[in-house]
Amino acid sequence: MKKLIISIVLLNLLAACASEKPKEVEAPAPTPAPVVAAPEAAPAPAAVVEVDPLNDQSNILAKRSFYYPFDVSAVQDTDKPAVAAHAKYLSEHADRKVRLEGNADERGSNEYNLALGQRRADGVKKMLVLGGAKASQIETASYGEEKPKASGHDETSWSQNRRTDIKY
Amino acid sequence: MALRPSTKLIELLAIRLSPQAGKSLVIRTGLLHIMVGLLLLAQASVAGAVLSIEIIGAGEHQIPVAIVPFGGDDKLSQAVNAVVVSDLQRSGLFRLVDPTGKSPHESAEVKYPDWQLRGADALAIGTVTVVPNGRIEAHFHLLDVVKQAELVGQSVSAKEDQVRAVGHRIADLIYEKLTGDKGVFGTRIAYVNRQGQKFSLVVADSDGYNEQIVLAQNEPIMSPAWSPDGSHLVYVSFETGHAVVYVQSLFTNQRLVLADFSGSNSAPAWSPDGKHMAIVLTRDGSSQIYLIRPDGSGIRRITFSGAIDTEPSFSPDGQTLLFTSDRGGSAQIYSMAVEGGAEQRITFGDGDSYSPRFSPDGKGFVYTHFSNGKFQIAAQDFQSGQVEFLTTGGWEKKPSFAPNGKLILFASEARGRGILATVSSDGRVQQHMFTQSGDAREPVWGPHL
Repeated sequence: MKKLIISIVLLNLLAACASEKPKEVEAPAPTPAPVVAAPEAAPAPAAVVEVDPLNDQSNILAKRSFYYPFDVSAVQDTDKPAVAAHAKYLSEHADRKVRLEGNADERGSNEYNLALGQRRADGVKKMLVLGGAKASQIETASYGEEKPKASGHDETSWSQNRRTDIKY
Repeated sequence: MALRPSTKLIELLAIRLSPQAGKSLVIRTGLLHIMVGLLLLAQASVAGAVLSIEIIGAGEHQIPVAIVPFGGDDKLSQAVNAVVVSDLQRSGLFRLVDPTGKSPHESAEVKYPDWQLRGADALAIGTVTVVPNGRIEAHFHLLDVVKQAELVGQSVSAKEDQVRAVGHRIADLIYEKLTGDKGVFGTRIAYVNRQGQKFSLVVADSDGYNEQIVLAQNEPIMSPAWSPDGSHLVYVSFETGHAVVYVQSLFTNQRLVLADFSGSNSAPAWSPDGKHMAIVLTRDGSSQIYLIRPDGSGIRRITFSGAIDTEPSFSPDGQTLLFTSDRGGSAQIYSMAVEGGAEQRITFGDGDSYSPRFSPDGKGFVYTHFSNGKFQIAAQDFQSGQVEFLTTGGWEKKPSFAPNGKLILFASEARGRGILATVSSDGRVQQHMFTQSGDAREPVWGPHL
């Protein structure tokens, strides 16, 4: 709960910062790395700890995989808030870079699935850029059906393999 | 479009292959001298590979032929005989007449009435010996039993560890003489073997034996394709974290990066004259087809659909490309002139279609058809537009023609593994090749050397 509050406070702060600056200006402040002060024999007092929302498991940014129906490459409605949150985070952290990896299930040809995975990754990239991230912060790649997360040959596995992963 | 009548299992072979280090080889057949430098591959062959082959079905008109066990060196002649017999059986076009009790090795020793009685139309005899320089030499004769005349008499020689190559060459000579088509037993295939996270690019004889590893790594390898002269492979590797196209010499193993743009670089196909390749890039947006020279220069975009355009395949005259596109809402096969012009959809009906490959005579193409959860190999004739399903459907993908157009190699699945398979162009005979371990994927038949 405390974590959540802190991260909300932090998000608001960041949002406030961001909205004060014109977008084009290159962020001058190399955002003092919001590193969690390592609790070296931490004393009991509840110190206010800054948490990078990326490291906060309860933050929406913890959602790093987006899923698709068969032969579909558009970001699904259920994933849009998470993609938007990543866009916002990237727009506020110009020094951060991400890699988007598109994947497909094993149905189709290997080459078609490579193209489909690439289109999935590129679709997420488009949304990130629309949401304020810079294209230069984003690299895309596809593994097609070559690196399945789940190895079964049924819908349970396939649904996990139709996926774009965002990797910081 | 009726499916083939049910096929029955007529033969099952399981042959043990001893590991043989690949070395250079000269096959001498009459006036023909062929340097097969392919075997100079630096990497070791797959140690202790065990392969089994199953044949399903039989050709409509099988030619009855007797292969008399060759004379000379016992062990060698048995080995050569086994390859000849297995090649001919695999084709589905021959009925092997039992030669038991008769063993002529020279034409003069043949008593034709014996073989007419056994129903043989043709008879192969010969000897295999080791000559003083250590090479293997096979002298062989193919005789027409009905006309009582010699059809072929030739000598085939090779290095001592190339017994299989000698057998393939003899089988090709028999096949050519009796069917009128060029034999493909001596050609090679390439495929990707996947074992967990390990991937290897493999070149092997057309029967799956004599495997040579061209590239082995822990990242995926896809879409191998041959240069028209069989000297190079072009393929997709993910070793740098995304799909990049490489060209590699099978003589020197040297390779160059053909295309490494942002996004995916894939689906290479070599033009028949060897001067161009078609590849698929996403550098300008969606997957689109480009032409590029084999040295990576002269890149030029040729499709502009904004949809997925992939898997280009050149026609034998190099003028036309077939490719897969989802521009119409589902994956289908399209055709276009290489130099631009109207693109035309050529597959219709239920389901999706992928991976088109021109037949060597240019009159039709094979492709992968997907519907009702099943993949199967289909063939379409350009003139009639008629579609024929060559396999009954399961997990059968990525067909490619043997250079004589009579067999089609594809990726299949059996007993939970990815395997190599072939089907005759009339759909009557299938062959399943089980490699020792792992999944065989993305097979492609190489050219005549």
